[in-house]
Amino acid sequence: MSHAENRGEARVDALVSDLLDGKHRALARAITKIENRSPGYRELVSRLHAHTGGADVVGITGSPGAGKSTLVDKLAKAYRDAGFTVGVIGVDPSSPYTGGAVLGDRIRMASNVGDMDVFFRSMSARGQLGGLSTATSDAVKALDAFGKDKILVETVGAGQSEVDVVRTADTVTVLVQPGSGDDVQMLKAGILEIGDVFVVNKADMDGVNRTVAELEEMIHLRDNPGATLDSGHHGVDAGLPKGVSEHDGTHGDTHGGGARDEGADGSEDADDGWEPAVVETVATTGDGVEELVETLAAHADYLAESGMRERKARSRYAEEIRQLLRNDANALLKEELDRRGGAEALAEAVADRETDPYAVADEVFEPLRECVEARRGEE
Amino acid sequence: MSADAERGQQQRTVRCLIAKVGLDGHDRGAHVIARAFRDAGFEVVYSGLHRAPEEIVQAAVQEDVDVLGISILSGAHNTLVPKIIDGLKEYDAFEDTLILVGGIVPDEDRPKLKEMGVSEVFGPGTPMKETIEFVRNNAPRRD
Repeated sequence: MSHAENRGEARVDALVSDLLDGKHRALARAITKIENRSPGYRELVSRLHAHTGGADVVGITGSPGAGKSTLVDKLAKAYRDAGFTVGVIGVDPSSPYTGGAVLGDRIRMASNVGDMDVFFRSMSARGQLGGLSTATSDAVKALDAFGKDKILVETVGAGQSEVDVVRTADTVTVLVQPGSGDDVQMLKAGILEIGDVFVVNKADMDGVNRTVAELEEMIHLRDNPGATLDSGHHGVDAGLPKGVSEHDGTHGDTHGGGARDEGADGSEDADDGWEPAVVETVATTGDGVEELVETLAAHADYLAESGMRERKARSRYAEEIRQLLRNDANALLKEELDRRGGAEALAEAVADRETDPYAVADEVFEPLRECVEARRGEE
Repeated sequence: MSADAERGQQQRTVRCLIAKVGLDGHDRGAHVIARAFRDAGFEVVYSGLHRAPEEIVQAAVQEDVDVLGISILSGAHNTLVPKIIDGLKEYDAFEDTLILVGGIVPDEDRPKLKEMGVSEVFGPGTPMKETIEFVRNNAPRRD
């Protein structure tokens, strides 16, 4: 072990103890380390893990302009008033060309001015393949270990990686604005099957009733394709049997399938007794925020009582393990590929019909397989 | 970049906070800078208008930015900038944050700002390229 490594370890030590001591600077620095994947970040997250599990994590997603940031601000305020500490992670997209980003969610955080117990952190989707959800959930761990009671993760619901991000939360809240298109649009967006709570924001605009009615109808269809429909009113009416595909966690690859996904395994979790609620809010004035807080609390209670919280956590950890392994294996494969001249050079040979992609893959992969098998033989 | 970057794990991006502080509603410059920084590959957190110094400090600390760009066109730099710098010191964030001031600052005020810890003052008409180069060359390297 080199001196540099020793120093690095000492730094991680100091960072972890400062963070657990409640130093804001250390928390901020820890999240930077996680985002940059600086040397020592793995050690850092491993050390923090033992201190996590205390926070309620709420994911909030919706199309740009739906009012997510404003609602998050009001939610954070409501939680602060109730005596909770709050962490917020706002994820914004980054430019696919330069990697740069303008992270603007902070502008809306007007209700929590100068309140250090609301820790707001902007993160950009740095084009890390599958890494955004890892980075976000690691940042959530840092906030959790720091001792935040409520953690809000806000993201534009525009793509797979964003959807993966909110799925790392205990409760997924989907924001919809009135007049944002008909039910087919919502189906297309694939947001229906991920939400535990739906918020129709800007409820002072025209078309609210229709949007709420359409949402409820679709939620009922999603919940019990065969059962009696109970449409026409909204609010928290728990008790109807339903199935939510994201809850069982084994469908990590299928959730992009939209309605098909829903049809395929919509009735598996028959014991899941949460009926997604639809709440109307006007985030700019704070109307309906109280009801939303109650609904989120009801969902948290439901998760705790039904044992769903534990199950969700387990499936989340399982997915995390898979994701980390995939990343590590990819990194190893990339090294191996580079050692053999890189994918481009090999592609050249394939284009010239000297070899084919399968043969190349076998050739690169075979030594790794042999190593693993040799190790297994030793055990 | 280091060997770690080559290992495909580390991804470092310059993070900036562009801050509008005090009673000053002129944010065109701040918007242009935010956009230019983004196009230069930086991550830019924009504070929004009319922020108090404490809010800027809160944002700079929580976002753990490498660069804090304060835009002031109100002439209140001599009172607002020291407050921000004191706040950063309180949270141990002063030492490794590059502090820039943009806007209308009379020449005679510049030495005092620099003495306080402002690295550079960019007045009207500064080429965007110059500002971006300055950030690239001077953003603190951390790990």
